[in-house]
Amino acid sequence: MNAVSTSIKFLLNGAPHEVADLDPHTSVLSYLREHLFLTGTKEGCAEGDCGACTVAIAELDGVDRLRVMPINACIRLLPTIDGKALFTVEALSMFGESGELHPVQQAMVDCHASQCGFCTPGFVMSLFALFKNDVAPSRERICEAISGNLCRCTGYRPIIEAAQQATHSRIAQSMRANESENQIVDKNNLAASHPFKLGLEIRSSSSTWLHCAAADSNAPAARDAEKHIAKSLAALQRNSALDYRANDARFIAPRTLDEFSTLVETLPSAWILSGGTDVGLWINKALQTNSTILYTGEIAALRKIDIHQGALTIGAAASLEDAFRAMNQHYPELAHVWTRFASWPIRASGTLGGNVANGSPIGDSMPALITLGAEVVLRKGAKQRTIPLESLYIDYKKQSREPGEWVEAIRVPARAEGMQIASYKNSKRNEQDISAVCAAIAMTIEDGVVTKARIAYGGVAGIPKRAANTEAAVIGKPWNETTVRAAMQAMTNDFTPMNDMRASAEYRMQVAQNHLLRFWHESQDEAASLEARVF
Amino acid sequence: MNSPIKNTRKMQESPIPTPTLPLKGRGFAVGDAVAHDSAHLHVSGRATYADDVREPRGTLHAAIAYSPIARGVLRAVDLVDVLAMKDVVGAFTAKDIPGKNCYGAITHDEPFLAEDRVEFVGQPIAIIVAKTRDAARRAARKAKFDIADETPILTINDAIAANSLLKPPTIIERGVPKEAIARATHSVRGECEIGAQEHFYLEGQIALAIPHEDGQMQVIVSTQHPTEMQQVTATILGIGWNDVVSEVRRLGGGFGGKEVQPAQFAALAALAAHHTQCPVKLRLDRDDDFLITGKRHDFAFHYDAASDANGRLTAFDLTLSSRCGFSTDYSHQVNDRALCHIDNGYHHTNLKVTNYRCRTNTQSATAFRGFGAPQGMFAIEHCIESIARNVGRDPLDVRKANFYGEKTGLTTHYGQAVEGFWLPQMVERLEQTSDYRARRAAITTHNARNPIIRKGISLTPVMFGVSFNASFLNRGSALLSLYLDGTFVLNHAGTEMGQGLFIKMQQIVAEAFGVDARKVRSTTTNTSKLPNTPPTAASSGADLNGMAVLDACNILKARLAPWLSKVLQCEANDIEFCDGVVTSKHGVIFLTMQELATRATFAKIPLTAQGFYYTPGIQWNGETFSGKPAYYFAYGAAVSEVAVDTLTGEHKVTRVDILHDVGKSLNPAIDRGQIEGGFVQGMGYLTSEELVWDGKGRLRTHAPSTYKIPTAADVPEVFNVELWDQDNHVESIHRSKAVGEPPLMLAFSVWFAIADAISSYTDSRAMPKLVAPATPEAILRAMHAARAAR
Repeated sequence: MNAVSTSIKFLLNGAPHEVADLDPHTSVLSYLREHLFLTGTKEGCAEGDCGACTVAIAELDGVDRLRVMPINACIRLLPTIDGKALFTVEALSMFGESGELHPVQQAMVDCHASQCGFCTPGFVMSLFALFKNDVAPSRERICEAISGNLCRCTGYRPIIEAAQQATHSRIAQSMRANESENQIVDKNNLAASHPFKLGLEIRSSSSTWLHCAAADSNAPAARDAEKHIAKSLAALQRNSALDYRANDARFIAPRTLDEFSTLVETLPSAWILSGGTDVGLWINKALQTNSTILYTGEIAALRKIDIHQGALTIGAAASLEDAFRAMNQHYPELAHVWTRFASWPIRASGTLGGNVANGSPIGDSMPALITLGAEVVLRKGAKQRTIPLESLYIDYKKQSREPGEWVEAIRVPARAEGMQIASYKNSKRNEQDISAVCAAIAMTIEDGVVTKARIAYGGVAGIPKRAANTEAAVIGKPWNETTVRAAMQAMTNDFTPMNDMRASAEYRMQVAQNHLLRFWHESQDEAASLEARVF
Repeated sequence: MNSPIKNTRKMQESPIPTPTLPLKGRGFAVGDAVAHDSAHLHVSGRATYADDVREPRGTLHAAIAYSPIARGVLRAVDLVDVLAMKDVVGAFTAKDIPGKNCYGAITHDEPFLAEDRVEFVGQPIAIIVAKTRDAARRAARKAKFDIADETPILTINDAIAANSLLKPPTIIERGVPKEAIARATHSVRGECEIGAQEHFYLEGQIALAIPHEDGQMQVIVSTQHPTEMQQVTATILGIGWNDVVSEVRRLGGGFGGKEVQPAQFAALAALAAHHTQCPVKLRLDRDDDFLITGKRHDFAFHYDAASDANGRLTAFDLTLSSRCGFSTDYSHQVNDRALCHIDNGYHHTNLKVTNYRCRTNTQSATAFRGFGAPQGMFAIEHCIESIARNVGRDPLDVRKANFYGEKTGLTTHYGQAVEGFWLPQMVERLEQTSDYRARRAAITTHNARNPIIRKGISLTPVMFGVSFNASFLNRGSALLSLYLDGTFVLNHAGTEMGQGLFIKMQQIVAEAFGVDARKVRSTTTNTSKLPNTPPTAASSGADLNGMAVLDACNILKARLAPWLSKVLQCEANDIEFCDGVVTSKHGVIFLTMQELATRATFAKIPLTAQGFYYTPGIQWNGETFSGKPAYYFAYGAAVSEVAVDTLTGEHKVTRVDILHDVGKSLNPAIDRGQIEGGFVQGMGYLTSEELVWDGKGRLRTHAPSTYKIPTAADVPEVFNVELWDQDNHVESIHRSKAVGEPPLMLAFSVWFAIADAISSYTDSRAMPKLVAPATPEAILRAMHAARAAR
């Protein structure tokens, strides 16, 4: 094992920042508000559902590029920011002369997009991430980008308008593009750790980069600024594991699979932390702690997504966002569920491996993965085995994983010829809601007869589950409404849904059956004219 | 009447001018679309909310331990384990209250901390104080309560069966409803439930109490009612009001949920601060906020009604029941307001209303934007729609047939004469601009062809009475000072919760003194500056305080006038304030505001003025249920179109057109924000926002993970909003109208459009058995019932 580290290092609003003696359970939000008095970032719910705490992080992407993502500061543990650049709402206008606003902020003012203002910093940061990622985003894309941000006052219309205005704005860039390179002086002084005590050099490069929209990311001044920040970030990268200890707790971020594997074996009671979108709630809501946290987010091999002849191997620590983007290339029919899956900041933090390993009956990735015949790679020490995903789940909170066995990767097979695929999700609210029912159907129909079918559901049993009786009721049968109706009837033998505050058992069953009916409708020729979906 | 239609601003087509373009060749003033006074602070994270105020040295943090049982006898409280926890400083219960352990919005029937009984799951029993918030929360969970539980009364039906009522049923009877129904050629019977709603202000409840010398206490609370916070702090500590200062700069949303609800937290923080003699902050976790605080009243109603063949309502016999929770709170006022709004623009001839106010073992239902009006209006709209289906006419035509007018009548069921009633003209115009008839026809065609998606459309009106029913609350006050450097500072009774009140008030000063509204500084709302203020509620913030601000401006100007006419060598009438200077209409002499302030001070003229206002001519008799409770009415109408997925019950709002009456707008950008925001909040209320309590009275939806307010994608891409351009017919502040609450009810059009889509299964002849909120499950259930009834 490596030497114990007494501190965490990252860039805070462009400046090198070091933290020591801080309990590793501390969230980014608590650290910002309570330790640094950077109170622009707000707590609305402390569970990643309202977005008032949204901040942006930038990671090294290759040698000198940065990748920007919005995250929920309330459920993100501070040690996971080690080696990254963290930007808060204060950064966007702290560099400018006389409080000049960022284009996103100015657009929010111009469009009257704030009322009580409490959610506003979160919206600003989500829109900032959009501004850095998307060139001229559509209205739909804008809504998706702010699906994790709740506003109770405005009704959103002016915020959407502000997003359109800001992401189409090039004013700031043209102004900044003229800055000469020699204004940007290298400075990697870790001592300057107070957020407001920034050198002019850092102001200059951060300001240029922050104000530069995605469309202008290749402009010379923007590139220089990006390279400058990337260089500062590169200097913070560790070659070996971070083993941070404070307040009788330990946070270990190994770099390799073997290291991680050994740690899991030697520290069996440690928490395994990936995106933290669930663990964050254990801490904030259940007030749980653990003396050791093993973080998967810095294991490059675990974040990798390999594509080989159409088959995907998705590392367990790959973010949901990355995993979905990769899957969309081969299975675009699944996008319907992926865009309704949580919110952008949750998808940027949360991992596919986490969703699968958690095994919640309402985890939205599993029905689709099971339907596609995905396998899960399990590992314990040096031992590795691969099983079909559906066989991982036995009963509610009961899995076929052995003690100490962990999810290393998910394998999604290449697309079979002629397979028709659909995915459906429904919930009380269209966006960022937990499913009442989530369904995925893959079927091969040859000469009007169903030859292959894999159908899986979430929300209707204690686990994500295949509908065996339903499948049997369609395989070998002519693909017509009679078959579909019979299969819908058969489905009642597959599932015994639960009653809760989201939906009744009766409703879940009915909708589960109706999803099959919809699949049939959509497979008919006139499907397009039916406008079969409202979303 | 002048033709208002020609002057109507088409907001969708010509966007509101941005603040960089002064409209009148001067600074921003009344009528300009000037940005919210804090917009630049909101977007940069520099706006200070209660939790952002730098904590004084040694601030402690508190958490609440509350009842896990809905109803029972509290036999013992064991805090031994709590006090043993790390960093805990103290734990306090009812026994530790030096003053009185009771408070309430009007009736003081709520304890700050439960004493011998617990009345709902979430009722505070003890307050735990520790060095950190985390330590306080951990310790609070160690509290042990010995409670002998009793069977709780949870639902409206439970309460009526057990006769658990706040008071005997309120009955209003006008004309001969029973006879009219008995002899009617057309009659309908209907029933519906309309669920509760959580405020979901983004900033949760928070109070910071700071002890000062000689037993004084300062409380910084996120509240719409600083005076109430002052009062409860004095009550719990047993000190005078003059020993307490309560203040707030801004709230991160209120919506009625910060009117009386924060009182408990202010008082408890003060109690802890008193005992520890340290500043104490009490900031609720979101789940605790949901569990402890009151929500909008859920209502259930059923009715018999009669009409003629054209759908003209001839009798309405309504039973309207509300779930009030464990204490009185504002429940009587909310119910009264519901009863006052069962007209919503329609004339009643024969009417009977029986209103039950149910006491239940749940959170005490409280004020929420609309304050009972939505529930009352929903009942009459449900009835009108039932009648329309029954007589086979488009609901819009039946609505029109029932509006107040010469043919029907121009007096409300509570005896107020309806004046300035331009709702019918507004509906007429909206029908045209929204292309209602053509879209109705297209929908009928669509529904005949499409097996999966059903569409629906609805136009619903809003008629909202503006003023507190409790007449004495209709007062505003303001304090305006001019400093020697020529800058104005303004204080008034209203709180800023995002509604843009402060900028509107600044605009009024700007208009009066010819300065830029953005240069007028608004201060925190502070009980030591202006005492005995009513809450910022009932949409009245701008109406009441605006008039008080104007009064202060006029007082100051009148005081300066004799001296100024000498200085400017002109008649007092010829003094003009514009472009930041004061001059005379004809003269060449002018003074900058700085010169004015300096020279007036040398002339020993005080430059502070206190303004006051009360709404004239309103009165209310709750006993006879009659009077003139509303100074005027605000109107609006909306058309919504929806597409409903018949396989899942999910829906999408595809287009919304709104025409709303704000009188002569003080600030069209702010007003539009209120209209759109209110609409979307109402849409959530009636569709996705479902509160679920289990059989033991535990709220199961206590966080945004389970309670779903609308998100951006729920807002239709086509969202046309137009302001009706006609001055208020009564003398209100610059002839504007209140805009806080009325737009919420515009969202009825969404619910009735969904009902319309479902009704297509019965050729639009039956009112669907749909409840509110119309969740996917509720919609699917109603569709099955409609299909079965076909």
